[in-house]
Amino acid sequence: MEEMGFRETSVGRNSRLAETLAQGALFVISLCLIVPLAFVLLYLIHKALPALGWEFFTENPRDGMRAGGIWAPMIGTLFVVGISLLVSAPIGVLAAVYLNEYARDNWLTRIINLAVVNLAGVPSIVHALFGVGAFVYAARMGRSVLAASCTLAIMTLPVIIASTREALRAVPMAFREACWNVGASRWQTIRTIVLPNSISGILTGVILQVSRAAGETAPIMFTGVVFFTSVNIYRLDRQFSALSMHLFQISQNVPGVPEAVPYATAVVLLSLVLAVNALSIAFRVYLRSRKRW
Amino acid sequence: MVNADSPLATPKVEVRGLEVSYRGVPVLRDVSLDVHRGEILGIIGPAKSGKSTFLKCINRTIELIPGARVRGRISIDGENVARMRSVHTLRRRIGMVFPLPVGLPLSIYDNVAYAPRMAGIRSKAELNETVERCLDQAALWDEVKDRLHHLGTKLSGGQQQRLTIARALSHKPEILCLDEFSIAVDPVTTMKIEDQLLVLKDRLTIILVTNLVQQARRLADRTAFFNAGELVEVDSNDVIFSERPARQETYDYVHGIFG
Amino acid sequence: MSRASREGRTDWRLLLEKAIEGLIFVSGISAILFVFSIFLFILLEGRGFFLTEFRFGEFFFSTEWVPEAAGKNRFGTLALVAGSAAVALLSMSIAVPFGLGAAVFLSEFCTPRIKETLKIVIELLAAIPSVVWGFIGITLINDSIQRATGVSPGTNILNGSIVLALMAVPIIVSIGEDALRAVPDSFREAALALGATRWQITYRVLFPAAKNGLLAAVLLGVGRAIGETIAVLMCTGHAVIMPFDGKFPYFHPLESARTLTATIAAEMGEAARDSSHYQALFVLGLMLFGITFVINLTADLAVRGIRKR
Repeated sequence: MEEMGFRETSVGRNSRLAETLAQGALFVISLCLIVPLAFVLLYLIHKALPALGWEFFTENPRDGMRAGGIWAPMIGTLFVVGISLLVSAPIGVLAAVYLNEYARDNWLTRIINLAVVNLAGVPSIVHALFGVGAFVYAARMGRSVLAASCTLAIMTLPVIIASTREALRAVPMAFREACWNVGASRWQTIRTIVLPNSISGILTGVILQVSRAAGETAPIMFTGVVFFTSVNIYRLDRQFSALSMHLFQISQNVPGVPEAVPYATAVVLLSLVLAVNALSIAFRVYLRSRKRW
Repeated sequence: MVNADSPLATPKVEVRGLEVSYRGVPVLRDVSLDVHRGEILGIIGPAKSGKSTFLKCINRTIELIPGARVRGRISIDGENVARMRSVHTLRRRIGMVFPLPVGLPLSIYDNVAYAPRMAGIRSKAELNETVERCLDQAALWDEVKDRLHHLGTKLSGGQQQRLTIARALSHKPEILCLDEFSIAVDPVTTMKIEDQLLVLKDRLTIILVTNLVQQARRLADRTAFFNAGELVEVDSNDVIFSERPARQETYDYVHGIFG
Repeated sequence: MSRASREGRTDWRLLLEKAIEGLIFVSGISAILFVFSIFLFILLEGRGFFLTEFRFGEFFFSTEWVPEAAGKNRFGTLALVAGSAAVALLSMSIAVPFGLGAAVFLSEFCTPRIKETLKIVIELLAAIPSVVWGFIGITLINDSIQRATGVSPGTNILNGSIVLALMAVPIIVSIGEDALRAVPDSFREAALALGATRWQITYRVLFPAAKNGLLAAVLLGVGRAIGETIAVLMCTGHAVIMPFDGKFPYFHPLESARTLTATIAAEMGEAARDSSHYQALFVLGLMLFGITFVINLTADLAVRGIRKR
C-alpha cells in the first residue's frame, strides 16, 4: 500500500502565512506602546535637566514661578493626598468588608454594586463641581486643603472598594467556615483571620490610589488649589498649591518662565507617581512569595 | 439499666421532623431520630443523601448557606437549638470536623487556642493547658510539641486533620461531629484518630458521618442509614449490620449492592 | 466547664461588636449615598438655570455658546457635544486597534517573560497623570503635528485624540485581556485539534466568544475619553467650533474644538457664583454625569456577563 504522507496544501500555506503576519503585526503594535513611552520619558528628562537642582526641590516659587523651586506645591500635594487617603481608605475598606462578608444576594446589594461602578465612572470635573457644591459651600469648608481632600476622597473611594474586595476574596472560604464552626462570630472571624490575611492586597490598592490622587488636577481645581501661594502652606483650611496644578499653569499661562522649569516639574510629578506605582508592583511581587497557605 | 426518670435517660440530641431545602430543592425529608448520651452514632449512606446537611443543622451553620430553608426541631438536652440565646455558644458546645483538613493560617498553638480566645479566655496558663490537652487528645502532641509556633497550614494533610480535631475539642464540646473525616487522610492517621474516638467516647457524645461502612461497624454503637434525604433506618449495630435489618435497602447498601 | 463561663464574652464586647458592624453597614451603603449626593448637589447648584435661561431647542441644538454676553446670552451645547464626540471617536479609532491588538498579543501570542514586562509597562502607562499627558501633548505632540502638517499651533482635535488614545489604551488592554482569558481553554484546544493556527483561533473563535467583554473594554475606553478633562483642555485648543460641518471633508481634525469637560474647567474660574453662566456650567456637569452613567452601566452589564462564566 502506498504510504500516506502529509502533504501541505495551499490552504495550509496561506493560513501559516496569515499566522506569521498576524504575529508580527501584533508584536509591532505592542512595541508601539513601549517605544514611544520610553522616548517621551527620555525627552522629558533631557529637557528638564538644566532646572533640576537642590534648590528646585527646597525653595518656594518666587516671582510668579520665574524663579525658585517647587517646595510649596510638593507640600500641598503631600497634604491633600494624605488627608484624602485618611478619609477614603477606612470607608472604602469597611464598605468592601460589608460587600464581601455580610451582604446577601438581594436588591440592596445589587444597587450598591451599581453605585460603586457609577461612582468609578464619574468624570473628574464632575467631582470638582460636586466638591464645590458640597464641601466648599454646603459644608462651609471654603476653598481649602480640606475641601479638596474630601473631593479627592470620593474620587478614590470606588477603586479602593474594588481592590479591597479582590483582596478579601482571595482569602479561602474554608478558613471562615472553620472559624464559624468553633463559635467565632462574623466580625471576630474578619478581625482575626480575614483582614490580617488580606491586608497586603488592601495596601497595594491603597498605594495605587495615592499615586492617582497625587496626579489629579481637575477635582482640586475649584475646591482649593491655586497656582501661586507661598504663605500659609501648612494650614489645612486655606488654599494651597499642588504639583499637578503647578504644572498645568506654568506649561501654558506664564510668560518668562525658563524653558526647563515646566519639564522639570513634569519630571518630578511623573517620577513621584511612577515611583509609588513601582513600589506597589514590587510589594505585590514580594507578597506572592510570602503566602501563608 | 438506667432509670427512665433520671436526666441520663433523656437523649442528648433529639431531632423531630427535620426538613431542609436548598433554594427549593429538598435535601432532607422528615428526619426524626435520637442521639443517646455517650454513644457513638454512625451515619452512613450514599453521596447526596443529606448526611452533611444533617450535621450542619445541629450546630446551625446551615444558616450561613444562602437559600437554605429549615423546618422541624432539634433539641440538645431538651432545649430547642433554634431558641438558644447565643448561636455562638451553641456552636461551642459542638465540635465539628470536616472532610477536608483545614489548618488556619496561624501557628499550631494559635490554631488550638483560637476558639478559647474568641470565647474570652485570656489566661496564659489556661490556654497552655488547653493546647496541650487537645493536641494530646487528637494524637498530635508528640509530633508537634517542639514546634508549636510553626504555621498550621504547613503541616501534612493527616496532621492538619488532627489539628482540626484538636481545634474542635478546644472549646470543650459536649458533642463531637465528624463528617467523613478520613477521606483526605492516610490510613495510619485514620487508625490513630479512630483509636482516639473510642477514648473520647467516655466524655462526649459522638456523631460519625462516614462513607466507609466498615468504619461505622467498627466504631459506632448505633448506626443510621440515610438515603436520598430520608432516614431509612436507625438501630444498634447488631441489627443494622446483621442479615435481617428492618429494611431491604439497608441490607443492600451495607453489603455493597448499591451506593 | 459550666455553661455560664462559656458565654465568655462580656456584654460591652458584644456591644462594641454590634457598633462596628453598624459602621460596616453604613460604609457599605455609602457608595449609594455619594452617587445620590453628587447628582443632588450638582442639580442644586444649577437649578436656577432651568428657571431662567433654559430654552430646550437652543440648549440642545444651537452651536452658539456665548454665556457672558450681557443680555444676549446663548447656551447652545451642540458644538460642545460634537467636540466631545469628535475627540472620543478619533481617539477610539486609534486606541481600539492598538489596545485590542495588544490584548490579543498578551493573551495568545507572547511568552510569559514578555507578558510580565508588557503588563508592567501598561500599568505604568495607566498611572501617568492627565496633566502630564496634557504637557506631553502641548510640547512633543504639538511640535510633531506642526512639523507634519504645517498647522500652527498644533493643539487641535488630532492632538487631543492622540493623547486620549494613549490614556485609554491601558484600560482597553487590561479589560480586553481579561475577556480573552475568560474564554475557556477547551475552545482553543478544540480549534487546535481541527488544525487552526493561533490567528485563526483568535478571530474565528475567541473574538465571537469574548465579544461582551471586548465591547465592555471599548465602552470603558469611550467613557474615559468623554470624561477626561485636563488633557483635552490643554491639547484641543479653545475655540468653540463645530468639528463636523458641510464643508469637505466634513470632519476637521486639525481644527481646535471644545469638549464639555474642557468648557466647564475653563470657565468655572470666571463665572460668578449663582450667575446664569455658573448655573449653566453645573447643568453641563449634569449632562456629563448622565452620559457617563449610561456608558458605564452598559459596560458593567457586559462585563458581568463574562465574570459569570
